[in-house]
Amino acid sequence: MSAVIDKADIASYAIRWGDDALILSHRLAEWCADAPELEEDMALMNLALDLVGQARTLYTYAGELEGRGRDEDAIAFTREEREYKNALLVEQPNEDFAYAVTRQFLYDAFSLPFYQALASSKDATLAALGEKAAKEVRYHVKHSADWVVRLGDGTDESHRRMQTAIDELWTYTGELFVNDDLDRRMIAAGIGVDLTALKDSWNETVNAVLKEATLVRPADGWMATGGREGRHSEYMGYLLADLQYMQRAYPNMKW
Amino acid sequence: MTTVDARSKSREEQAVWAALAHVMDPEIPVVSVVDLGIVRGVSINGDDVEVAVSPTYTGCPATQLIEMEILEALQRNGYPKARVKRVLSPAWTTEWISEQGRDKLRAYGIAPPAAVKGRVSALLGEEAEVACPRCGSRNTRKVSEFGSTPCKAHYACANCLEPFDYFKCL
Repeated sequence: MSAVIDKADIASYAIRWGDDALILSHRLAEWCADAPELEEDMALMNLALDLVGQARTLYTYAGELEGRGRDEDAIAFTREEREYKNALLVEQPNEDFAYAVTRQFLYDAFSLPFYQALASSKDATLAALGEKAAKEVRYHVKHSADWVVRLGDGTDESHRRMQTAIDELWTYTGELFVNDDLDRRMIAAGIGVDLTALKDSWNETVNAVLKEATLVRPADGWMATGGREGRHSEYMGYLLADLQYMQRAYPNMKW
Repeated sequence: MTTVDARSKSREEQAVWAALAHVMDPEIPVVSVVDLGIVRGVSINGDDVEVAVSPTYTGCPATQLIEMEILEALQRNGYPKARVKRVLSPAWTTEWISEQGRDKLRAYGIAPPAAVKGRVSALLGEEAEVACPRCGSRNTRKVSEFGSTPCKAHYACANCLEPFDYFKCL
């Protein structure tokens, strides 16, 4: 007999994953008209669009569960920094294109098995999204892995930049596989995904791609955490200032 | 909810399906929402009509427009109370595009989703054999996995040299 499921818990759970998708999509959107080639510009915006679609589904559902009248826009644009529960990895800045593709790859290699597992959730809405999003994310990981190989096994300069990006971003990967109290309650209810169980799949993908890319996998040292509790890196405030500008300047505006 | 099987449709349902067959995809105006296979069912209860629609991609900007156009078409056809229900599961797949829809895509210059040749590698995925919608040559090359809309990839034909869109498998 499972414990009574608190709707507010499921809403918080949905928002957490919506935040990963929204913040990563914002980082991708910063490349609009700035990517190294036209095709890549379109590719990154396609990825961003899928992520926005996933975030919208999750936020809308969370708003319904809360029953407090918050819609997807209110959740996306009017919360304070501490209320965003995305992983630190997705908010890391676009230092160069190597950072962008590395961040994307490290996250895609996680989110594919995550959404595949979510498809078996006992929550029908989350399961439906998991099934749908996994199909989309399959194209993402393929794309970002292609770039990791192309640039890692590219010129001396591209290889150097890729190795730097991986070394710098590695410290944000540990957080992806930590179950907190909310995760544990959702797992016990058959709704959430056991994040520790995704590590093998992630390792397999990451190891295979880094090897082909002639890049060195960094040692697992100290890992930064805090995103899931709303404690973010210094980059998050600037990102939100940009993301929230329109709603803050013109409250309740609609397109 | 009724199935897509024509034999089991009442006259009323047939009228609704006929109206839906005139609602075109705003991005690919030669294929209807029925051709695309995104209409998953029609249920009629008196003058209450509910149409179940699956989005192609979660972030597809055409989703809302398509839903509005379905409502407009049904209102024009005498169903003022028509509603659209968005259905995520089972997830839409390109296998639901009808034969007729595939032919219309090809005639419009978009290669329809192709069968996969088998896995090249587990990770980097499978490559489909895509025929040029203009000259039919299979000597084609993928330019980019991502095209002008979420559902399309960008290809070029090595035979007639024309670039073209490919409606990728999902």
